[in-house]
Amino acid sequence: MLHTFVALVQDRPGVLTRVASLFRRLNINIVSLTVGESERPDTSRMTIVCDAHENAAHRIRASLYKLETTISVDEVNRTEAVVRELCLIKVAAGPNQPHGLHSRSQIFELAQVFRARVVDLAPESIMLEMTGSASKIEGLLQVLGESGYSILEVSRTGRMAMRRGHHTSRVLQALGTRPTLNPSVFAEDPDALPSDQTLPNIFDE
Amino acid sequence: MADSNNANPTLTGSEILLATLAGEGITTVFGYPGGAILPVYDSLRKFPTIHHVLVRHEQSAAHMADGYARATGRVGVCMATSGPGATNLVTGLATAMMDSIPIVAITGQVSSKVLGTDAFQEIDITGITLPITKHNFLVTRAEQIATAVREAFQIARSGRPGPVLVDITKDAQQATAAFDFDAARPRPYRPHPMLRAESSSIQEAVTLIQQAKRPVILAGHGVVESGAETQVLALAEAHQIPIASTLLGLDAVPANHPLSLGLMGMHGESWVNHAIQQADLLLAFGMRFDDRVTGNLSKYSPNSKKIHVEIDPSEINKNVWVDVALIGDLKEVLSLLTPLLSAGNQPRGADGSEWLKQIRASKGNASVRDIINLPDNGHLYAAHVIHDIWHEAAAAGRLDQTIIVTDVGQHQMWEAQYFKHQAPRSLITSGGLGTMGFALPAAIGAKTACPEKDVWVIVGDGGFQMTAAELSTIVQEKLAINIAVINNGFLGMVRQWQEAIYDKNYSASPILSPDFVLLAAAHGIAGATVRKRADVIPHATLARTSGKPFLINFLVEKEDGVYPMIAPGSALHEMLRRPQHDPLLELPEDL
Repeated sequence: MLHTFVALVQDRPGVLTRVASLFRRLNINIVSLTVGESERPDTSRMTIVCDAHENAAHRIRASLYKLETTISVDEVNRTEAVVRELCLIKVAAGPNQPHGLHSRSQIFELAQVFRARVVDLAPESIMLEMTGSASKIEGLLQVLGESGYSILEVSRTGRMAMRRGHHTSRVLQALGTRPTLNPSVFAEDPDALPSDQTLPNIFDE
Repeated sequence: MADSNNANPTLTGSEILLATLAGEGITTVFGYPGGAILPVYDSLRKFPTIHHVLVRHEQSAAHMADGYARATGRVGVCMATSGPGATNLVTGLATAMMDSIPIVAITGQVSSKVLGTDAFQEIDITGITLPITKHNFLVTRAEQIATAVREAFQIARSGRPGPVLVDITKDAQQATAAFDFDAARPRPYRPHPMLRAESSSIQEAVTLIQQAKRPVILAGHGVVESGAETQVLALAEAHQIPIASTLLGLDAVPANHPLSLGLMGMHGESWVNHAIQQADLLLAFGMRFDDRVTGNLSKYSPNSKKIHVEIDPSEINKNVWVDVALIGDLKEVLSLLTPLLSAGNQPRGADGSEWLKQIRASKGNASVRDIINLPDNGHLYAAHVIHDIWHEAAAAGRLDQTIIVTDVGQHQMWEAQYFKHQAPRSLITSGGLGTMGFALPAAIGAKTACPEKDVWVIVGDGGFQMTAAELSTIVQEKLAINIAVINNGFLGMVRQWQEAIYDKNYSASPILSPDFVLLAAAHGIAGATVRKRADVIPHATLARTSGKPFLINFLVEKEDGVYPMIAPGSALHEMLRRPQHDPLLELPEDL
């Protein structure tokens, strides 16, 4: 199954290697990994999506935290977090294509339905930009394919995830989120935690 | 070190390095010089408190730092130059990583101006050692040296210890910077956020322990690393829980304690493994359920609840699924757990002693078949040699002052079975990585750290030849180390597996050796060859009391096996026993 981890790591040379090497050592394939600056100075935020056994999440998170360059690690699932991905798609469209010159306007319509934007127009191709959940991007790609368009290039950033803010229990229920006692405890800087605070038993999960 | 009234003296990078080591309390460095580390070697004369031990191969330098750390619990330091010097450290670092040993390795690196250009003796050692160090640093500026080295020490010894490498470019060693030891203090140790045994989990553990009828404590290396030997023993005694040990946990509890069962796992005694298989509660203390102690996981102790006390959260549920995980330092967790157990609940009564009786009864059959109980039939067995070395030390009252350093293979397992360790840190052996050639250099580290103790190297004829060059180091350092070569003319454990699994196809396992006594003599080390059991104890005494290094070449039975043995894929109770009609055990007709 897919696991999504959000890690705050030091912004230093070699940190990405340490994270990537960890997954290699565990023989786990990384589905996507995005890194960028975070709200903290000298700190990057990584979103790592990997395909691993259901029981592997705890060990991956613990192993990630064992890296000296890791500040915090959080595992998020879809309902607890907002997950987005950016995708660029280049589609063949022009007079020589099956739909001829109509193809452009049809692609414009499709793009509108999926809330994608046209960012480049060339005589034989159109480039679309789209942000959304992975399933939405896959939906657009599927429709384009089934409509007979040939997709020339796809570039996806991979998923970025951010845990949702503190909602009321009703909102969480509506979102389908299991209420947890202290969901953000692993995301916080451990130094900031009061020493008497007990942690949720992660082995009950 | 150049004295200065100035609060923050300006020093060269190499001086900063050595001053930082001295500030961390380091008095011994094991190393080998070379181009990219020469500035440091040049500065050594200014630091008379740091003794440099010149090794014969950098791998040995890492093993020596390792042996030093295992003998004392303090951080060991080794040093090498760039390129081949650094790559030679790799096996030693991996050995320390697998056994959680705190060492700091310093390597020279080519100048930062030529980094990445394949300069002479340049190698990406921080890249190479990434998976076999707890952490590593590349330092390119003199200003960063003190901070990096102090952080390295903190990382090496905190939490689950491990090796840390600091790679320092030559220009950083040569440049100057202000040195302030205190200002370079690292941020306080950052415990894992999961590193707090939760009160509800502790309560569950208490309930499990109180309900258990057939509990067993599994004592691992963490017991010694945490310094929790007394706490574990107190818990065991209060609740009459027998203790089985992993190889690295063997010296955690005195072997002659009535609750101590001995070695578990692949070559553990049958009653130990049967006890684990029949247990209804396993208390795993600072151990990681290695495949060498569990056998076939799907059949491992099937009816027991399991409590795992472990400092490294990534070890939880890795191999064996546990019912209660108490993450934290063993000593701290036990200090929370033990008071709850004694409060208002009597220790297990009749049932408890019933379980101990049951385990003791199962010893009977096994000890009859034990090679150690057979009369002297004219053959010399490795088991007898090790037993007699133990007996000699015990008779002399030196057991608490004896460190045994073993290599890897059959003799290592016989040592674990027949040497009855009394004191923590009295056994030094490569467990996780199983590094042949470890013993001799690790013993040099141990003897350097503990010159007042008797240090015995127990090593096979194969492993000894891997690092025998360090005999020179022993002589140069004037170390009175006793070396027992268990010489059977084979790579014994390989031969045993070939006998058991590969139809006695002894492919590449017979090994020719030089006359080890002559080899020792060439180094100026006295020695003797022993062929008869009656000669073992006199020679052990001679070696121990000579005050100089001494090598004994024990010519033992060539095709003896370590039993019991669990074949790969078998469950813990499915042991291969010593064959009933072992030709080795039959008395010669003329006796």
